[in-house]
Amino acid sequence: MSDRLLVGTRKGLFRIERGEGGRWMIAKSWFLGDPVSAVLVEPGGSRLHAALDLGHFGVKMQRSEDGGETWSQTASPTFPPKPEGLEDKDPMRGVDVPWSTQLIWTLECGAPGELWCGVIPGALFRSTDGGESWQLSRALWDEPRRKLWMGGGYDFSGIHSILVDPRDPLHVTVGVSTGGVWTTRDAGVSWELIGSGLRAEYLPEAMAGDPLAQDVHRIVQCAAHPDRLWMQHHNGIFLSDDGGAIWRELSDVPPSSFGFAVAVHPTDPDTAWFVPATKDEKRFPVDAHLVVTRTRDGGAHFEVLDRGLPTEPAYDLVYRHALDCSGDGRRLAFGSTTGSLWASEDQGDSWTTISRHLPPILCVRFED
Amino acid sequence: MATTLRFTPNLYRHLDCPDTCVAGATVREVLDAYFQANPRARGFLLDDQGAARKHVAIFVNETLIRDRTGLSDPVGEGDEIFVAQALSGG
Repeated sequence: MSDRLLVGTRKGLFRIERGEGGRWMIAKSWFLGDPVSAVLVEPGGSRLHAALDLGHFGVKMQRSEDGGETWSQTASPTFPPKPEGLEDKDPMRGVDVPWSTQLIWTLECGAPGELWCGVIPGALFRSTDGGESWQLSRALWDEPRRKLWMGGGYDFSGIHSILVDPRDPLHVTVGVSTGGVWTTRDAGVSWELIGSGLRAEYLPEAMAGDPLAQDVHRIVQCAAHPDRLWMQHHNGIFLSDDGGAIWRELSDVPPSSFGFAVAVHPTDPDTAWFVPATKDEKRFPVDAHLVVTRTRDGGAHFEVLDRGLPTEPAYDLVYRHALDCSGDGRRLAFGSTTGSLWASEDQGDSWTTISRHLPPILCVRFED
Repeated sequence: MATTLRFTPNLYRHLDCPDTCVAGATVREVLDAYFQANPRARGFLLDDQGAARKHVAIFVNETLIRDRTGLSDPVGEGDEIFVAQALSGG
């Protein structure tokens, strides 16, 4: 049972602990004032990683070897020198794609000692020494179709989801906004664009099914059934039973199928949660009523859950990394851009407000 | 030729970077020499391609440098380079 959460915010990293009587409280804070865009807890729980976005002074990685007691700066994922005269422009705006890390968007563990890092502009980095150094996945960066990736909510494309197959850590699948779903079977030596069945309704009809054009908001993988993936897409919810090769769209999901966050139960592949917003140009809850949606039957039906969530109008938006399910599948937590944080101890049936006064929340992660 | 190198106090909570004197004929040469002894500082001032970070301002004797990519602005004995946090990008 996980009693601790890490919450990365616009103004620091917080640890939330479940105390006496089941009350969740802020137990620690680090890096106050600095945006923390991603956090990672390595197996065992003592080694933590935090990605700082210092704005003026660039992205920085911090690592703790003692569960957060002390931190030290480690290497940041850094792009190699851009070859002289090479043209690399954003296809939409025609501006140069920076060969420089703008944001560390996601961090995941691979094989023992191996870490993966997705960044903006859209690139993947791998570390085989626990974060001491990072290597750009050159095959993906140099893939000609990478130059067709575009920014979604940010100016440039980015990799926000990294799924490491628990059966085979050489098999890694990533989600790109915008740029679809890509998979490697050899830890990044070669890549394949997958994603049949995805649909981008905002594009001309002839392009709608192009796997490269998909604005994937977030993909998660069921740990016990790694072929089952759930996706929150820009215009819908999709699931796959073959590791992302073929997707099926779930239509008529109440109250909306627009959103960013999705979590899947670690052992039950048919149970997943979403936090919907109205639609792309109205990024707040439908009718200002904040809810979580849950399916327990692989998307055949969805329940709308709101017990314990605000009864007054709420305009909270939940970012793609700000909803998490505990390792045992019993607890959930999510945080919003309004700085509100909630937890559930019954798989979403009811919710407890942890805080309504945190800085805007970027990521939430259980420490188990 | 020694140039005085000073940093915005906003960097002090991230870096140990007291004022110092460094030799070099251009801003690039001075900074490269400084990074030899202080490698961590590089990533705070320059992006991955070695250009001044978008929201870092570099002055030579109270004048903003012109070449933010190549850092080729000349400096000489008695000059002062000041690395500041630009007002943008917060």
